[in-house]
Amino acid sequence: MTDAFISLRGITKAFGAFKAVDDVNLDIARGEFFSLLGPSGCGKTTLLRMIAGFETPTEGDVVIDGVSMSAVPPHRRPTNMVFQSYAIFPHLDVAQNVAYGLRRDKLDKAEVAGRVGEALAMVKLSGYESRRSNELSGGQRQRVALARALIKRPKVLLLDEPLGALDRKLREEMQLELRTLQRSVGITFVFVTHDQEEALTMSDRVAVMSQGKPIQVASPRDLYERPNSVEVADFIGKMNFLPCRRLNGSGEAGEVEADGLGRVPVVNGAECPDVATLVVAVRPEKLSLHADEPAGALKIRCRMQNTAYLGDRSHYVVSVDGLERALAVSAQNADPEAARQLAGGASLWLSWAPDALIALPAER
Amino acid sequence: MSGIGREKNRPLAVYAVLYLAFLYVPVLFLPVFSFNDSIYISFPLKGFTTQWYASMIGNEPLLAALGNSIRVALATAFISTLLGIFAAKAVTRYKMPGSRPVIGAIMLPLVVPEIILGTALLIVIMQAGGTLSLLTVTLGHVLLCVPFAMAVLMSRFEGFDRSMEEASADLGENAWWTFWRVTVPMAMPGITASFLLCFTISFDEFIMAFFLGSTDPTLPVYMWNQLRFPQRLPGVLALGSCILLISFFVIALAEYLRRRSSFNDETAKVTID
Repeated sequence: MTDAFISLRGITKAFGAFKAVDDVNLDIARGEFFSLLGPSGCGKTTLLRMIAGFETPTEGDVVIDGVSMSAVPPHRRPTNMVFQSYAIFPHLDVAQNVAYGLRRDKLDKAEVAGRVGEALAMVKLSGYESRRSNELSGGQRQRVALARALIKRPKVLLLDEPLGALDRKLREEMQLELRTLQRSVGITFVFVTHDQEEALTMSDRVAVMSQGKPIQVASPRDLYERPNSVEVADFIGKMNFLPCRRLNGSGEAGEVEADGLGRVPVVNGAECPDVATLVVAVRPEKLSLHADEPAGALKIRCRMQNTAYLGDRSHYVVSVDGLERALAVSAQNADPEAARQLAGGASLWLSWAPDALIALPAER
Repeated sequence: MSGIGREKNRPLAVYAVLYLAFLYVPVLFLPVFSFNDSIYISFPLKGFTTQWYASMIGNEPLLAALGNSIRVALATAFISTLLGIFAAKAVTRYKMPGSRPVIGAIMLPLVVPEIILGTALLIVIMQAGGTLSLLTVTLGHVLLCVPFAMAVLMSRFEGFDRSMEEASADLGENAWWTFWRVTVPMAMPGITASFLLCFTISFDEFIMAFFLGSTDPTLPVYMWNQLRFPQRLPGVLALGSCILLISFFVIALAEYLRRRSSFNDETAKVTID
């Protein structure tokens, strides 16, 4: 990619024999909202800290806007960071915190005050100038950290799980706000999170990390609809996995023989991975339950094992003959009467669309 | 469970009272006799007087000794705290090979008897052809105080979030400015506590001041000299009472600052998490 704004080239970070980040190559475009998603210990924060300059790669190079960062210390990099703990200076008030990075720009007092006012207005904290860190709520601290970083007008804003400490409602609010803010300032955001929902909601693209490597880099939609491995499919949302066998002469047909389901088409038939053992993956909401036999060819009989009523939707667990593990099915409760009927029914039908099933290599 | 703790334990209470009496009653004799209208330190008390306090005001050698002590204590507190800051920052912020033995070596004066240190320093200074003065006393006091300064400052440096310093670097400040704009202000309660602690240690230190001092005595040395003249004893008691009072307030202030700062950090942490 030639238009890469941030380019990570062969980045490895080893702590002794342990490789926290293992030969990562990633390109992030200008103005992109890019997320690094993964469980704790997958190397996402270490990668972010190498972009910021707090960690030095054992091998490889970080290039930002065409400039190699290998010899550039953190205080000279065109990046600013929102820390997980926010790191609001406790000995300074909000205005002084936000203005902290402006000292080197040698602005006069009025100009500094103007910039601070602007930055605080952007994060909706006008009027909080003289508060101290211990007089702010978690959400307000997060906004101060954001204003303090954005006032520097960085080329790249790095965010290290900034929403982790907030309660659910506030977190959802901030997700939308951050997204809106990013669009309006047009700065490239690199966002670290372990929350897959958060990554999907906010990002243009997401890199799913595992054991120091990105295992899939894609848009949220593609990650969810077309995961490239069992690991990604399992990490993003819920997924049923069924053992299956490749049919001889596959490729054009895109069909597999799956336990319990028989001969079924898979969505990625043409590029279906050519490995010895495959699994078929299907999302719970792509399966539908019926009391009576539905039309169409893709259907099978099943028995209800368990139901969970969640209000807006219900989760069902159904078993299918010839299939060892039960299948999870989820359905909207648009018609409560139908939902009640399903829950009470012992013998049911399961159907799915032709593009519901994905074939994936079984081994990670 | 809680009932057991509340039961009266009479022998333990008696022990506690005796223990406290042993600690503090002798000290309390100082102020008591300093107001006694007699040059003899014995009961019964003769009457109330403030003349011993009044006599201190015009006492030139005493005031000179006080001046010496203050100068030595200020210099000691300043140098020890400065060295303590650098050492504490080094051992808490950077991974260095052999930092543990180095800390051990710095802390050693805490356990080596002062008289040994004093003698050793005296020999070194004599061998090096140095002359004894308040400067050599200060040198000895710095040696004694640095471990205390380190201990106070290390706990302060370890207590604060490393990302504060990273945030400063991230916002464009180099190591030097980060140190002045973030590290020092945040460590200020510890720095003040260290300064006050070192000041008091130096102010009432005797052995080093006696071994390494010359004709310019510090206050403790001056007091010791006065003990040879019985008629001046009540004056020494009055002086001692004053030092006692001031030391008490300085130490209390240092402890208050230390606690208040750690308390603030605690509340800050709770709300972040």
